[in-house]
Amino acid sequence: MARLFEYQSKSLLKEKGIPIPRGGVAGSPDEAVKIAGEIDYPVVLKIQAWVTGRANLGGIRFAENADEVKRIAGELLGMKVKNFTVEKILVEEKLDIEREFFAGIIVDDAEKSPLVIFSSIGGTGIEEIAREHPESIAKSHVDPLFGFKDYHGRELARKAGITGKLIIKVGSVLSKLYNVMKSYDARSAEINPLALTKDGNVVALDCHITVDDYAVYRHPELGIEIAREFDRPATELEKIAYRVEKKDYRGTFYFFQMVEKVPPDGKHIGFHGAGGGGSMMSMDAVLNAGFKIANFCDTSGNPPASKVYRAAKIILSQPNIVGYFASGSGVASQEQFHSARGFVKAFLEERPEIPAVLRLGGNFEEKAIEILHTYLKELPAGVEGYGRDDSPDFCATRLKELVEKNGGKPHTPKPYSEYTPKEGEYSFETITGRIYIDHELCDKCETKGCVSECPKEVLKIENGRAVLNMDPEEVKKGKCTECLACEIYCQFHGAGGLHIVLPIPGLKEYRERILKEIKEG
Amino acid sequence: MSILIDGKTRVLVQGITGREGMTRTKLMKEYGTNVVAGVTPGKGGQEVHGVPVYNTVKEAIEHEGQIDAACVFVPAPLVKDAAFEAIEAGIKFLVLVPDRVPLHDTLEIAAFAKKMGARFLGPNTLGILSPGKAVLGMIGGRAQSAREWFRPGPVGVTSRSGGITSAISYYITKAGFGESTIVHVGGDAVVGLPHPEIVKLFQEDPETEVIVMFGEIGTTQEERVAELIEKGEVTKPVIAFIGGKAAKSGTRFSHAGAIVEGGRGTHESKVNRLKEAGAYVVDSFMEIPEAVKKVLKG
Repeated sequence: MARLFEYQSKSLLKEKGIPIPRGGVAGSPDEAVKIAGEIDYPVVLKIQAWVTGRANLGGIRFAENADEVKRIAGELLGMKVKNFTVEKILVEEKLDIEREFFAGIIVDDAEKSPLVIFSSIGGTGIEEIAREHPESIAKSHVDPLFGFKDYHGRELARKAGITGKLIIKVGSVLSKLYNVMKSYDARSAEINPLALTKDGNVVALDCHITVDDYAVYRHPELGIEIAREFDRPATELEKIAYRVEKKDYRGTFYFFQMVEKVPPDGKHIGFHGAGGGGSMMSMDAVLNAGFKIANFCDTSGNPPASKVYRAAKIILSQPNIVGYFASGSGVASQEQFHSARGFVKAFLEERPEIPAVLRLGGNFEEKAIEILHTYLKELPAGVEGYGRDDSPDFCATRLKELVEKNGGKPHTPKPYSEYTPKEGEYSFETITGRIYIDHELCDKCETKGCVSECPKEVLKIENGRAVLNMDPEEVKKGKCTECLACEIYCQFHGAGGLHIVLPIPGLKEYRERILKEIKEG
Repeated sequence: MSILIDGKTRVLVQGITGREGMTRTKLMKEYGTNVVAGVTPGKGGQEVHGVPVYNTVKEAIEHEGQIDAACVFVPAPLVKDAAFEAIEAGIKFLVLVPDRVPLHDTLEIAAFAKKMGARFLGPNTLGILSPGKAVLGMIGGRAQSAREWFRPGPVGVTSRSGGITSAISYYITKAGFGESTIVHVGGDAVVGLPHPEIVKLFQEDPETEVIVMFGEIGTTQEERVAELIEKGEVTKPVIAFIGGKAAKSGTRFSHAGAIVEGGRGTHESKVNRLKEAGAYVVDSFMEIPEAVKKVLKG
């Protein structure tokens, strides 16, 4: 779930007609002063961070004049709360509150429908209120084909004990909140407190909205940089990974760092799972073997080799990992040799000096393991492939032995480099990259195996040279699945003239930065 | 017997001309599934692995007669439209394979299916397989593997993880048993036929003697299975494993469903509730075949 900040959530409420306090968001003390000047003192300053209990953390403060705003804003901006560094604060008018309510909508998985919850007592500790005053709470499921109307809202308000004209205002807020939820594909939307002010208005004082990751594409206006649930801002490497995923919808790719900077404790490994369930099981196995996990990564759902390649390159961008562990369910439906080729290309480029255990059980696992063992056998710390009859526990223990044999040597990423083609070298685009063929080397090749290796018959031989066998537009649209078979064949059994370049935007700069940091200690 | 499908089920493939649609049609046909028609709007008149392609679901029904199940392979943003089309045309069982279907789309599909008396698996599912009879979706990947990995037998398998669905079943086969039906309920937070629904179907199925369930953190599915056992609605033995012990609260894995919300949904809550109810909860995935053996052989 992509979380929105309070100020973002409130702007959505306002757009759909739910009253919010006057104010604005500030990134500097001067901005805060400017906003405060446009509303009446006293004002409230609130840090924008995905944490609960901000008041107790000192993240909600009041100011009576411009000097105070400037001083307090200076204290709040840059403040560290949990994993967060505060970059923005919300500056709002301080309202006189008569009563506080709670309004929220979640999705009830058992009923497969949204559930609107209203409590006539709100504020902090809503869970306790719910337990102690069940009569103050009313809930109602929504028929998504019909919607949640004003009268549904009024009925809910009535059931929670609201009387008189207030019913109209509360009912309207509830139906508008559902409108926000539906319009912005929210998985949850919550106003707490929803306040009745002394002058009789119903105003949303705080609001949390999370947006469905799968529907973020429908809402470019939200500017969500990374549609994943994090309790902290995304790391640079996660952003790089997310851009890869966003550009390539074949299969799933997920990358999450458990630690942004892996400590040199000789315990952390790079983790590369396949499928949620298989990954969890495999993580349990590596933890049981005494390792710590530097990152979680998942490439599954029949990903192309190019995606596995990029995932491996990103995992191998983490200094200080001492091993690489890949394992999924063990009985994957997908053809596992694709993943194997992705690993081969990444590992040959990176030549890591740490051991790897890659458990690629499933369809064609024998071929997958053979590919790993054939092409990665000369890597210094060992790369071992396993299949469905080798348990995750066995594989994790095996990695442990290899790491020990390697003396726990920590990983140092290499500077990022890409193949540089000759001027005018024959090339064509694929769905996420480009294939280069040096025809002078084709002339020296006796096997021409790149053509027979390609399952999609993308290439043919013309005058002894490998060229496209189809419309370049078809290839670009995905006819070439980036299975990497032609390149591996050419590099090992041909003349070495075929190169596939699969860019990973931002990785070059990232590696430069971390290598500089390592050098400077 | 098997649940939801059998060798006679007449199947329609929506999105049959796409990358996944074509590949999986081949798997299904080779395994023995009765695939009678495909739909891709604008590509009517073509054939995919011998299956006639139509422009609309209703056109397919006009030409081929009754359709019992639709297997959907269209891109995620188009799933809602495809599912509505199939449900409105009177198809009563759907398998929604794609990942990343927007949640509110799933909610609308669920509401419409309920109204029309239809049921669906997924979204984000590998599908369903009854050994020796039929497969809908992509379990097994290719027919030859599916035949080697899964055998007919008394174990009903239901899982929230696609890969694990195959893995559990493979290890059960390897231990000398077989499966009545293998179901991947789907990895999303809201799915059409969650664990409790599937477990109830296994309860009614005379061929199923024991139910194996792979649960995960997040959602209330496993807790609701515990309730069914407590209420006596499920009396067949249930062997359960809950994945995600290593997951910290709030840490999410690829499955949208694996979100820890409140008290329910945690690893601890699920394990405790199932144990209290009398299910056999195993601590390690690899203990499942042994547990099956104990239950079946007394």
